[in-house]
Amino acid sequence: MTKRTFHVWRGGGEGGLAQYEVEVNEGEVVLDVLHRLQATQCPDLAVRWNCKAGKCGSCSVEINGRPRLACMARMSTFEPEESITVTPMRTFPVIRDLVCDVSFNYQKAREIPSFTPSPDSEPGDFRMQQEDVQRMQEFRKCIECFLCQDVCHVIRDHEENKEAFAGPRFLMRAAELEMHPEDTADRRKISQEEFGLGYCNITKCCTEVCPEQIHITDNALIPLKERVADRQYDPLVWLGSKIGLRKGADTPVPPNTRKRTSSPEQ
Amino acid sequence: MTSTLPPPERAGLKRPRISARTLRTDRWWTPPLWTVLGLTAFLVYGLVRVLQQDHYWVADYGYLTPFYSPCLSASCAPGSAHLGTLPWEFPWFLPYALFSLPFLLLFRFTCYYYRKAYYRSFWQAPTACAVREPHGRYTGESRFPMIGQNLHRYFFYAAALIAVINTYDAALALFHGREGGFGIGLGNLILIGNVVLLWVYTLSCHSCRHVFGGRLNSFSGRPVRYWMWTQISRMNSRHMLWAWVTLGTLVIADLYVALVASGTITDPRIYN
Repeated sequence: MTKRTFHVWRGGGEGGLAQYEVEVNEGEVVLDVLHRLQATQCPDLAVRWNCKAGKCGSCSVEINGRPRLACMARMSTFEPEESITVTPMRTFPVIRDLVCDVSFNYQKAREIPSFTPSPDSEPGDFRMQQEDVQRMQEFRKCIECFLCQDVCHVIRDHEENKEAFAGPRFLMRAAELEMHPEDTADRRKISQEEFGLGYCNITKCCTEVCPEQIHITDNALIPLKERVADRQYDPLVWLGSKIGLRKGADTPVPPNTRKRTSSPEQ
Repeated sequence: MTSTLPPPERAGLKRPRISARTLRTDRWWTPPLWTVLGLTAFLVYGLVRVLQQDHYWVADYGYLTPFYSPCLSASCAPGSAHLGTLPWEFPWFLPYALFSLPFLLLFRFTCYYYRKAYYRSFWQAPTACAVREPHGRYTGESRFPMIGQNLHRYFFYAAALIAVINTYDAALALFHGREGGFGIGLGNLILIGNVVLLWVYTLSCHSCRHVFGGRLNSFSGRPVRYWMWTQISRMNSRHMLWAWVTLGTLVIADLYVALVASGTITDPRIYN
């Protein structure tokens, strides 16, 4: 057992870092140490956690400035004399201490038009082949820890972009549905215009922090950008639509697409 | 849907006010620094060589540097213009490979990997993950001129055509042996190695992956396109590696041709 120095964010948005000396045992993770802090020094420390196995996505925090799951950050990976700073995710408002209000993500999730199968197909009719399942299976691994949303500089460093940008997690959802063989809705236009795909400059931070190792940028965001380019930035497509060769070529925009409102009250 | 909490802005919740640009303790600034140094070195080298308009062709062995292919100026060395020349001599500031270099530059400029590289290192948006960027406003690739990044696929098509020309150059050099006919020297191996890696980089491009299969919603019933997509995806996972390796092989190929053409070194021959 050794003593380690922890700096932990206390309070709300205007709070600050408090220093603690805390015991650390072999094999422990940062979440264990936070629990020991709660048990021994600050029983009112707020930490959100659940599974302690990297599968629920609850304990997302920033450890020494890096967005990580506290339950997957082994203490043995830090230098012996290194002090450890734990702060809440910078992108979201703080409720208290290390607990953030991540309702921004639930709002964005609701705005993604749901799976839209052909009205002609009956439930149970559709058979999906393994190669098509595999491509989307990767995106289904998402545990919604929102670390990708937290690290994305589009909203992390520019809060004003939150209205226009859905973030990597939900653009990945749009990509997943856009690739779905049975989904009939055209999600390319809304991905660009409603969910702000153009704001993404593919710097791959979302991929770097993903605890499920989902290749968000390479397998979701870039393929979606290419599909948007097919639809909106291909000069040949543009010419075809101007001279009437592409009438009816696009599948319809999903019916339950978000309507932009001027006032958030509406 | 019901909600038990008011929206954060109404509840008076605020994001954590942390004044430090980042709390990261690792050497997060080294990768962007290396990127700046690497890309700048390549651009400076390329600019110097392109404006040099000399030492690009080894007549004895048919070595043509990729920086001058296809050579289009009327002043190109005899035998170096494999596709013929334009009727006038280019001034000092125009590259002899006038029709290929701009497209190759744009192919790499709009490449998804290089975008990441220069957005992070030169533009610092962001310099590294979870490091605050210095810009007051950000619109990414949603507006002019950066919206033009969406034209990457057209530069991919051009780059593929130019790779065909580079392949032709490398193949032609095999038939410039010392005694005439087939011959092979170290220069041939370097040019062929460069061309092979250029193809790997070009075909591992994200746009290529999209064109050959990514754009499909269903792979079932399309085994050939699925196979191609799978192979390209495999190469694509190392696109960054190919991007840097080909910058290196381009410099090596060009430098080797320049050294042999200027008489600084002689080309070791393996056969004829």
